[in-house]
Amino acid sequence: MALFGQRRPFSIRRLPGFTMIAITCFVLLYTPIVTLVVYSFNAGKYIAIWEGFSLQWYVAAWNNAAVQDATIRSLVLAALASLFATTLATMAALGTTRVKPFRGLTAIYAMINQPLMVPEIVTAVALLILFAVIKVATGVQGLYYLVAAHTAFCIPFAYLPIRARLEGMDLTLETAAADLYATPWQTFRRVTLPLLFPGILAGAMLAFVISLDDVVITEFVKSAGQETLPTYMLGQLRRVITPEINAISTALLAISIIVVSLFFVITRKPS
Amino acid sequence: MQALDDVSVTIRENEFFTLLGPSGCGKTTLLRLIAGFDQPTRGTILLQGQDISHLPPYQRSVNTVFQSYALFPHMTVAENIGFGLEMLGKPKSEVRETADRMLKLVRMEELRDRRTDQISGGQQQRVALARALAPRPKVLLLDEPLSALDYKLRKEMQIELKRLQSETGITFIFVTHDQEEALTMSDRIAVMHAGKVLQIGSPREIYDHPADRFVADFIGDTNFLMAEVLASDGRQVRLRLASGPEIAVELPENRSASGRVTVAIRPEHARLAPDGAALNGTLENIVYLGTDTHYHVRLDGGEAFVVRNQNRRDSTEALQAGAPVGIAFEPDSVQVLRD
Repeated sequence: MALFGQRRPFSIRRLPGFTMIAITCFVLLYTPIVTLVVYSFNAGKYIAIWEGFSLQWYVAAWNNAAVQDATIRSLVLAALASLFATTLATMAALGTTRVKPFRGLTAIYAMINQPLMVPEIVTAVALLILFAVIKVATGVQGLYYLVAAHTAFCIPFAYLPIRARLEGMDLTLETAAADLYATPWQTFRRVTLPLLFPGILAGAMLAFVISLDDVVITEFVKSAGQETLPTYMLGQLRRVITPEINAISTALLAISIIVVSLFFVITRKPS
Repeated sequence: MQALDDVSVTIRENEFFTLLGPSGCGKTTLLRLIAGFDQPTRGTILLQGQDISHLPPYQRSVNTVFQSYALFPHMTVAENIGFGLEMLGKPKSEVRETADRMLKLVRMEELRDRRTDQISGGQQQRVALARALAPRPKVLLLDEPLSALDYKLRKEMQIELKRLQSETGITFIFVTHDQEEALTMSDRIAVMHAGKVLQIGSPREIYDHPADRFVADFIGDTNFLMAEVLASDGRQVRLRLASGPEIAVELPENRSASGRVTVAIRPEHARLAPDGAALNGTLENIVYLGTDTHYHVRLDGGEAFVVRNQNRRDSTEALQAGAPVGIAFEPDSVQVLRD
């Protein structure tokens, strides 16, 4: 056995070229983002020629009424959509994990996660047509249509972490609550919900970021004057591009990072 | 599939009652039925004369100590203990007072504001006990609560449980597969196997007068011998051991015997005897166990027989494997088993 005793145990970190591949991946991932952020501080008016440091494009974006309008709409839309989607996803997750397995449960999983599988453009066209019919029939206008559309495609993103959390939960805890005189509602309120909360928060934040980022469905569903930040930026690209777009992108990036960091801070176990 | 078959048990008030049996015997099913986690398809469960068979768990004055403890991880020790009373709608001051009293009862006062993942397994066990006792249930169910503890702690908790039961005066129904645990703590034991209750009795009755082969085998060590009933007169029976003499034995109440029967003799009730032996054989093996020595004997009739001898300071090891030996025992140590 001494002959084989010299061999070191297998470790992926000692694979030849592993470090190089890892570094290449990180460079490819972050170079565009770093470039975007750096050029958002460009003093000149071209997005590819560096002319010195300046905050002028942030000031310009901040004072741009169209950007203000789109930003507020994006945030309101993301907040409403993630609220509704998370509520529905929580109910769906409870309905698919806290019941005896029944025929067709797998089909229901597939139906809940449908937005992940159907090409987004197809959903977009379908919603455009459906909403057009409804608008003609009822005459109702407004942000409702975008909220409904965003809620729908955010549900699976909220559903997956909530369901994972529910499935990992010890069912004996709910049994114990019932044993200690808690009615089914009290058990849910005092035991299931608090333990589920990190999952719900994760789902809500994921849904928020997904909604904030959406272009395709929003572009099809929005009415005139209902620009969100991404559709506004897309519209700008058809005209003159200035580093203002970099500044807006950087701000959007910052919001996403803050949301994700908040999530980690809130769900971290106090030690 | 039927998990329980014709089980009829009457548990007395203020009793430490144990359901003992191997895994899969139905003891946990019975416990879940009493707690209300499962519903019986047939039969009834009465609690002080009231039919509770189909009440949900939160309407039964029955609390459970779970095998995994099932403490709420998002609550402190004191909040866990107060949970039951809070759900019963007791005022906050009463909940707090009872929680403090319970913490004292299980000697955990200093840990009242700890989170449940910051305390040891033995301490979690005590919190689980205090939580189940706090609402003063009529019956406390314990589902193998000691199985996750190490040997020394388990010994301590056995005594602790017995103390809690007598101090609170609550009826305990304890489920275990550990015969030693059952013998140590119980007022009465029900031995279960394959969904049936085989025997109910005090630890001494179960050990000294096992009803059948399964009970005799499951609890303690036993030698089984075949015998033939020669004559019986009520509870007085004369029988002949397959490889030995005729003996007269007395049957336990409500037991009769005829034809070929199995009898059981505990290893510590037999002794090696140079002469006047009832059975003869060859010594095959000597196993030294510190407090005891086991002598494995092959009887002349072919059966195996074990004799247990307590070791004394002056006992010398004179016997060698292969030596012919005789075995003696008192007639009243012979137990006639039900077929």
